[in-house]
Amino acid sequence: MAFSSLIVRTRSACKMIDEIDKHLLNDFQRGFPLCSRPYLEVANRLGIDENEVIGRLSRLKDSGHVSRIGAIVKPGSIGASTLAALQVDEDKIEQVASYINARDDVNHNYLREHDYNMWFVLNTSSKAALDRAVQEIEEATGLQVLVLRMLKDFHLDLGFDLKWHS
Amino acid sequence: MALLEQDYLILEALQGGLPLVAEPYKVIADQLGMKEAFVLERLNDLLNNGTLKRFGVIVRHHELGYRCNGMCVWEIPIERIDEIGHAFSQYDFVTLCYERNKRFPDWPYNLFCMIHAKDRAHVLQHVDQLVRENDLADVKRDILFSTRRFKQRGARYNDCRPAHVSLQRAAQ
Repeated sequence: MAFSSLIVRTRSACKMIDEIDKHLLNDFQRGFPLCSRPYLEVANRLGIDENEVIGRLSRLKDSGHVSRIGAIVKPGSIGASTLAALQVDEDKIEQVASYINARDDVNHNYLREHDYNMWFVLNTSSKAALDRAVQEIEEATGLQVLVLRMLKDFHLDLGFDLKWHS
Repeated sequence: MALLEQDYLILEALQGGLPLVAEPYKVIADQLGMKEAFVLERLNDLLNNGTLKRFGVIVRHHELGYRCNGMCVWEIPIERIDEIGHAFSQYDFVTLCYERNKRFPDWPYNLFCMIHAKDRAHVLQHVDQLVRENDLADVKRDILFSTRRFKQRGARYNDCRPAHVSLQRAAQ
């Protein structure tokens, strides 16, 4: 009894995001320091020490709040990519999803409410490789792929304001 | 905006995220047989020339309470697409905004924007605001709410570098 309540408490503690976490999540989505000791620089700005920054970011990564500290590449500047969709029958969704998810050239895959219900992003080395991937998917699933190429990217992506106070 | 051979390797090494150690760029540089200062200089250049949109903490919206994502698609008259695309990008609830090709007969939509919010009602409110403030009442649109996330990760660039670029070569 005591043991299970301890587990519950530990779990809820893991989910807690405090003020410093909020700053780490919100304030460093762009302009991450490009210097030898970037976490020290972050630490100085937040008034904590370097190890704490590293520890907190590790924890936020483990809890899934942070995907990674990394680069967002402008679409189209490396390789070839596209948004694509399939119309999958209800009873085939699991099967088709596991095939799509297992592909190394797919980085996002969502089920959405529409006749075109499976939406994924394909990332390949070249236009030719992209065409080949589409053909492979059509052969493997027996479905026609709706290929929606990006023509123009309007969004600057300055990060996402998490609006903690709203 | 041509990429250097080493740029592919640096971005590849960063795919899993900047290491969470005191000198993370040095770790990446050592892995690649490059100098830390060079890695920093290249990242700086890639940001300045627009190859990278940003470099920093990449959060997962769903885990942070933005549980609802609606992909809102619009059939915008071609003469208004730049105006509307730029206008949509200014809203902070819009997290992506692309013009894409139409595919007739069944896909008439040419503008896509992704809206992340706490729930469906908020997404709908945001869409209403876009319609109202941009005079889009007569424009055909649809919202595709996500019901399951099967896979979400950063793009992998392992195979994107030119065939002649290899780790051994860059390290020389």
